[in-house]
Amino acid sequence: MKKLKTFPKGGVYPNDNKELANSAAIRNAPIPPVCTIPMQQHLGAPAKVLVSPGDAVQEGMLLGEASGFISAHVHSPVPGTVKDITSVVLTDGTTSEAVIIELGGEFNRSGKNIQPVEWRNLSASRLLEKIKEMGIVGMGGATYPAHVKYTIRKGSHVEFFVVNGVECEPYLTADHRLMIEKTEEILEGTGIIRKILKPDTVLIGIEENKPDAIAVMEERIEQKGLDFHVVPLKMKYPQGDEKQLLKSLTGREVPSGRLPIEIGAVVSNVATVFSVYEAVVFNKPLIERIVTVTGSAVTNPSNLKVRIGTKISDLIEECGGFKIRPKKIIAGGPMMGFAQANADSPVTKGVSGIIAMPAGEARISSETPCIRCGRCIRACPMGLSPAHLYKRIDNRHIDAALKEGLMDCTECGSCGFVCPAGIPLVQGMKLGKLLSGKKRA
Amino acid sequence: MENNGKLFVASPPHLREGSTTFKIMRTVSLCLVPAGIWGVYVFGLYSLAVLLTSITTSMLTEFIVVKLLKKEITLYDGSAFLTGLLIGYSMPPSIPLYVPVTGVVFAIAVVKHTFGGLGKNRMNPALAGRVFVLFSWTGPMTTWLIPKTGGAADAVTGASPLGFIKTGLLDFKGHVNGPMDFLVRKGYPFTRTDIDITAWLNQHIFSLWGGSVKNGYIDLFLGNIPGSIGEISAFLLLLGAVYLFAKKIITWEIPVFYLGTVSVLVWLFGGLRYGTGLFHGDVIFHLLSGGLILGAFYMATDMVTSPLTGKGMFFYGTGIGLVTCLIRFFGGFPEGVSLSIILMNVFVPLIDRLTVPVRFGFVKGNYPAVINYKIEGEREPDAGVCPANCMNNNKPRPEMK
Repeated sequence: MKKLKTFPKGGVYPNDNKELANSAAIRNAPIPPVCTIPMQQHLGAPAKVLVSPGDAVQEGMLLGEASGFISAHVHSPVPGTVKDITSVVLTDGTTSEAVIIELGGEFNRSGKNIQPVEWRNLSASRLLEKIKEMGIVGMGGATYPAHVKYTIRKGSHVEFFVVNGVECEPYLTADHRLMIEKTEEILEGTGIIRKILKPDTVLIGIEENKPDAIAVMEERIEQKGLDFHVVPLKMKYPQGDEKQLLKSLTGREVPSGRLPIEIGAVVSNVATVFSVYEAVVFNKPLIERIVTVTGSAVTNPSNLKVRIGTKISDLIEECGGFKIRPKKIIAGGPMMGFAQANADSPVTKGVSGIIAMPAGEARISSETPCIRCGRCIRACPMGLSPAHLYKRIDNRHIDAALKEGLMDCTECGSCGFVCPAGIPLVQGMKLGKLLSGKKRA
Repeated sequence: MENNGKLFVASPPHLREGSTTFKIMRTVSLCLVPAGIWGVYVFGLYSLAVLLTSITTSMLTEFIVVKLLKKEITLYDGSAFLTGLLIGYSMPPSIPLYVPVTGVVFAIAVVKHTFGGLGKNRMNPALAGRVFVLFSWTGPMTTWLIPKTGGAADAVTGASPLGFIKTGLLDFKGHVNGPMDFLVRKGYPFTRTDIDITAWLNQHIFSLWGGSVKNGYIDLFLGNIPGSIGEISAFLLLLGAVYLFAKKIITWEIPVFYLGTVSVLVWLFGGLRYGTGLFHGDVIFHLLSGGLILGAFYMATDMVTSPLTGKGMFFYGTGIGLVTCLIRFFGGFPEGVSLSIILMNVFVPLIDRLTVPVRFGFVKGNYPAVINYKIEGEREPDAGVCPANCMNNNKPRPEMK
């Protein structure tokens, strides 16, 4: 067998635990009676609220308008009335202004037969405009506004467009299910983005632990006679990070502190590509996403199609509640996701999974002194010395830490995963970045 | 949804590989056990008393020092146990008990805790403790017993192969065929086991290539030679080392570069003293004698006092090999493993500073090969002074509702 590609430096091999949910077909989550729609669901400036309490809203109506170059529109996932505009705690622990909508009235999209648009007749700039209108952001977790990513500076040339189907985070299966169930749509979406970016090559990277997704993608591509290349990749975390993925696929390294376009590449998650398809072909704003609800504390691990603004607790309820008392509830993946203090935060555009772990599964280790084993250095895909940086930050030598590459840290968690001393390395890096920001301001 | 009780909030990653400091120390200790059992078997129960004294003193010292420094009790990390065990292993079997006790107290109280405890010591505590008593009581520290399996009566002292050669070569002029030949000519005793196995091997295996090996190597390999309690059986130590590799507790770099350097240097220059010239050194003799195997796999690989990266380990391992050979060939002591390792331990911070890994996203040539860790006007971080809001205060993280 041909040797599968992967990135050479660092990386770890956590148990992927995907069997919990990878055979559960995507089903619709119930629509909550009250939706909480945060204005900050993307990287960049929060959206500006356009409605006021008492207003009636339609499904898919614009609630918040992008308020800067890097920002994105926010739409109403349900019809109803605006009950309140308040501040909520998001899954990542930050707070954001949010519009509270009480469900009521008629759905003007769901359940209706909507005529698809022939996107091939639209110009590239019109497609890009549509993506902006529909509030599409990167759905792999970074939530970078898609229209900004696809706006290529004059003079730059896109060599590679990469569809990211790696889903290297353990437990999560949302992208996996999407690739199996919505293969055609993803390929159409890829075509739309290709029309915008005009890349030389289109690559679809999928890790080898999803052989069915690889097979079905390859089959459909062949049927349709497309020139997309599916590249199976060796399993290794964090391959889904765009820098590592590009290294695996093209052998090129994104220069420190730069964007992938510097090496002629644009990467989008399969979920983003699917949303682009829906946005362009059905004029559907980003008001739904697939969320994996899993973990061994959950009765029926599932992949749910969820309206933005649904509370985490509602999703767990939909999956039969808990069979064991959870010790940790995580929004996102177990390597990079955020532990929740309660299950009241709403699902936003970037939440790909909810994981509930019982006491045994969620490792809670106490911190002991660093024994200089060097495992964090071997694990770091960015070639940093995490324990050393941690010491720098601990001593508040932020400038030194910045010089040694603190900002290159992607917070992938590989260092914390291997650390035998249980040192909260990622927490240290986050703190360091926070302090450096304060220092600059 | 019913309330789910208390949820634990911590920063990611929420998965851990599961390795802990205690587990690492436990595995290393377990891998050392067979060699220790062999030592006690061939040298008698007194050597067991030496081992137990070292271990108990070590843990007691750790406890007292930590209490005096008003730190959290660190006995559970297993590092004090391992230090005691290693010092016991590197003691001659007939040593008076105050010697290991002194060595252990020096190792734990001075070498380890004056620098800030586990993880901050600059030298391997066990080796520094051993070297401290070696210079303090050189006589008892170089008095060896002939193993019981050597056919001798109880408590007969004899020289270790390295020591025998060191003294024997002092006024030696002439030509012998390497150290083994030298031992044979001077009447160094080999065991029945060795003679039988060597004869069998020569007859059944090496004859296939038309060669033969000399007597003595099997004694060295199995541990039928005078030496420290835990260092003599190369075979059992290697067995444990294989397990350490399998468990990924040690990496290949240090043992390979260390033993590799020794092998090359011995092969090149080892023959000179015997009059056989260059390229005729006896590599196997040097690898199997003295504390080389124990040192290369269990002491040089100590995580705290070895470099962080593979590149650093190359310089470190090669350096140890070089110094070991210098001491063995030219030094006043027959053996140089512990001295060479602690010497290179001292260079580790420097090596680490010069072997920073290449960062992702730095194209070659565009990237400064050496990152200067020292920033102008900056205070070197030290263990003792920690600001009040320091995050590394070892307090349990709060549980939130």
